[in-house]
Amino acid sequence: MKTIHWFKFSSPQNFYFLAGKMWPWFAALATALTLVGLWVSFFVAPIDAQQGQGYRIIFVHVPTSQMAMFIYLVMAGWAGFGLAFNTRLSGMMASALAPTGALFAFLSLATGSLWGKPMWGAWWVWDARLTSTLILLFLYLGFMALQASIDDPRRSDKACAILALVGAVNVPIIYFSVKWWNTLHQGLSVSTKGASMATPMLAGMLIMVVAFWMYAIAIALYRVRNIILERERHTDWVKHAVA
Amino acid sequence: MTGASRPIGVANVMLAVFKREVSLGMRQKGEVLTPLVFFVVIASLFPLGVGPESALLLRMAPGVLWVSALLAAMLSLQRMFATDYADGSLEQMALSTTPLALLVLAKALSHFVLAGLPLVLMAPVLGLQFGLDTRALGILMLSLLLGTPTLSLIGSIGAALTLGVRGAGVLLSLLILPLYIPVLIFGAGAVEADAAGLGIGGHLSLMSALLVLSLFFSPMATAAALRISLE
Repeated sequence: MKTIHWFKFSSPQNFYFLAGKMWPWFAALATALTLVGLWVSFFVAPIDAQQGQGYRIIFVHVPTSQMAMFIYLVMAGWAGFGLAFNTRLSGMMASALAPTGALFAFLSLATGSLWGKPMWGAWWVWDARLTSTLILLFLYLGFMALQASIDDPRRSDKACAILALVGAVNVPIIYFSVKWWNTLHQGLSVSTKGASMATPMLAGMLIMVVAFWMYAIAIALYRVRNIILERERHTDWVKHAVA
Repeated sequence: MTGASRPIGVANVMLAVFKREVSLGMRQKGEVLTPLVFFVVIASLFPLGVGPESALLLRMAPGVLWVSALLAAMLSLQRMFATDYADGSLEQMALSTTPLALLVLAKALSHFVLAGLPLVLMAPVLGLQFGLDTRALGILMLSLLLGTPTLSLIGSIGAALTLGVRGAGVLLSLLILPLYIPVLIFGAGAVEADAAGLGIGGHLSLMSALLVLSLFFSPMATAAALRISLE
């Protein structure tokens, strides 16, 4: 049996080529699953008894909200990994994830307000989950701003790593304090106790969740390739790879 | 610090750093007074913006005063490490045998004394302008007293991260303000809860919890951030 040297891929050069092989697959999966998920959510899932057709935005809203929170944790995980093991690639992964996370947080707020208008009669309410997603967006923007303002990439990676970790510790504190501050949002639609939705609705949503996962992985790999090229531009292998 | 051959206790070093920061701050009066004036001006802008209706102002007072205090406390954060960074004494602190986190803690506490405590003392005067009664003023002061040390401690992380970075002032506020939100919620919430006839024990307990958490964790994060800035 051939042994795999996992640490081989912690070198940016090797990871560049691995990511190059991987991202088209994730992108293809994301496209296929999005098409299936959208088909299920528009044509298979029944009309909601209370919310009519308007509820269908849930198929985009819930996955984006989940991804927005989850990507922050993954980003903080990579950042902590980078601080602990001093690997260059970890910081690059964290910075590759940040724009995607910010995008998902923004989309979550945008789809939420589009959903809120017909359901609550308001584009925006100062409810716990909306507010904490907004704060999450601010945390992403702070991360990206700090990164943009430090020129030395190694220093910027480390400083951003500390910020991401501090943010990750604060996310639950912020969430619960905002939750206590005000709550108006409808209860969780998906929980471990069993979902309060029809099966096709749940299926559509889960497919969309997986599709968004695939998209996030594909775009992060694609972006990390560009970051690697940019940071390693002085090396010979980049000159060969680009030539 | 004195170069004596006998070992100096950690507590003495921390006290020395604390005293040094406070006396440096007191020598530059502007450093203490400017945030205080800023606090007064910001809080005075709100009635001009929303109108002089006393019922509305009374309703808004805890939030307005807390937000103004939060912004004023943030104003002087940048100076917490900037001068020591410029003249090299920060590097000496990083090299000293005393853990950097403890020196940072002393600096953060001195920031509280110089920037937070004056706000606590000034708040009741502004509260009177908003029509708060004596009881509410007391609770406002108590919540500020519990909250402003937390602001200094969390703020020190941001000050360390943005040390020597271009556009540090605006960046610092973008990094730190989202992290200030829990303190703001419970601080202003305590005054509002009491006005609504609810107990304030929960709010004050949570604020104390935030203070204890940040007392423990933020000096470590700040020290790590400072070492990165000093590289």
